Amino acid sequence: MAYTKKVIDHFENPRNIGSLDKSQKSVGTGLVGAPECGDVMKLQIEVDEATGVIKDAKFKTFGCGSAIASSSLATEWVKGKTVTEALTIRNTHIVEELSLPPIKIHCSVLAEDAIKAAVQDYINKKELV
Amino acid sequence: MNLSSNTKSVKTPIYLDYHSTTPVDPRVLETMMPTFSEVFGNASSRNHPFGWAAEALVEKARAQVADLIGASDKEILFTSGATESNNLAILGVAELYHEKGRHLITSPTEHKAVLDTMAVLERRGYEVTYLNLDSTGLISIDELEKAIRPDTILVSIMAGNNEIGTIQPISEIGRICKQKGVLFHTDAVQAVGKIPVDVQAMGIDLLSLTAHKIYGPKGVGALYVRRKNPRVRLAAQIHGGGHEKGMRSGTLNVSGIVGLGRACEIAKQSLRIESEKLRTLRDRLWQGLQDNLGDIYLNGHPTERLPNNLNVSFAYVEGESLMMGMKELAVSSGSACTSSSLEPSYVLKAIGVGEDLAHTSIRFSVGRFTTEDEIDYAIAKVVSTVTRLRELSPLYEMAKEGIDIKSVQWTAH
Repeated sequence: MAYTKKVIDHFENPRNIGSLDKSQKSVGTGLVGAPECGDVMKLQIEVDEATGVIKDAKFKTFGCGSAIASSSLATEWVKGKTVTEALTIRNTHIVEELSLPPIKIHCSVLAEDAIKAAVQDYINKKELV
Repeated sequence: MNLSSNTKSVKTPIYLDYHSTTPVDPRVLETMMPTFSEVFGNASSRNHPFGWAAEALVEKARAQVADLIGASDKEILFTSGATESNNLAILGVAELYHEKGRHLITSPTEHKAVLDTMAVLERRGYEVTYLNLDSTGLISIDELEKAIRPDTILVSIMAGNNEIGTIQPISEIGRICKQKGVLFHTDAVQAVGKIPVDVQAMGIDLLSLTAHKIYGPKGVGALYVRRKNPRVRLAAQIHGGGHEKGMRSGTLNVSGIVGLGRACEIAKQSLRIESEKLRTLRDRLWQGLQDNLGDIYLNGHPTERLPNNLNVSFAYVEGESLMMGMKELAVSSGSACTSSSLEPSYVLKAIGVGEDLAHTSIRFSVGRFTTEDEIDYAIAKVVSTVTRLRELSPLYEMAKEGIDIKSVQWTAH
């Protein structure tokens, strides 16, 4: 299968790899997918609690090149957005940006799910306080 | 081992996918060349020298193919390749022996050319038993013996597996089949030319092979059909001019057949030395990977294995991304993402490899033109790519933290 230039670029130079301290109240962690399905994404956001702006985002992904590219792109896009704005990112935007073929659309869905899960985790933590 | 040493002069991409296909050996190509010009005749033209010359080349090739597998030349039928050979063997036997019975036996790790043909027969009212396999991919002779019934007409078990390389106990299967009076077909596509195959010694009644796995051209293969003890009869599946004793009509592919013959001749001459060379290269690769990476697992049998095959699961790294990261190497993966079905390899599934590890598997297959330098380059490339992708893998991070990945509640999607 031929990959688009953007997928290859994200795969070879993934943005924002790594982990944030998930015990921090300001950090939301999303872990989606399953090893049996061949894709697992962990996406984390660190939120400025005063402004609600995502100041940092990190990811780690087990999956094909398109899954890695989708999650790398997702971290780029959420940074600087408020948590509410981040929730407006749709998988279709990722498909369009990376020109993913139909068989790879599930990778973009997973990336959208990872953003939502990270935001939800952050909200859950805040409500506990 | 210094991973950066001695790898600069290697030309990339490196072909490590000889199970898929092989380049045509220059000696084979040279033998084929005249068939595109001076010897262009139709081998069925009995009334002029153009036909005679082509027929003579075809008959020479038939003897060369027969010689590689210990058959007589009258027992070799030319086909378009192993898919057709497998179809003809299975459908041809089923159609001609249906009065004796409508039961066949095979295994779940056969090539699709066997499995899909069996499925056709099931739709036609035949019954097929799929033998169980152990975790190395071997069938059990006891189970085979018990599975044979009075109405069993054919056992079809491949000689060497194309994904995991496991070599089945062909001689024992042949012995049981002979004892029980059941025909035995083997898909020997991956085995011929790599391990000794002898239809007499192994009690094989039908055998499929193809040229393009043994350094011959694509689009030509053969089916061995036993003529004595017992004489095997087949119902033709392609009808027409009555070529190949009426069992396979169609103008003979003289160029392809000549290439197949020469490829078989070379395979026979070089079998012992070549299989030793393949084994050495394959073992060097496996050793190099083991020396430099943890959490890697061999799929298939440790010793009963084709000498050129290495199938490894690299835990925590998905197969397609691994291939993408080492584009200098041409290999295959059992990962779902490389297939259009999104299902991981049915072969790995059949031997009980978990889907999580099936997604991380890579098949390396070395061949006649593989060099030691290429293997060393490949080791360095695989090691660096796996290491990089593990740093990217949440599963690897969890494993390092001591989290049991199997205990996590995953959100399947």
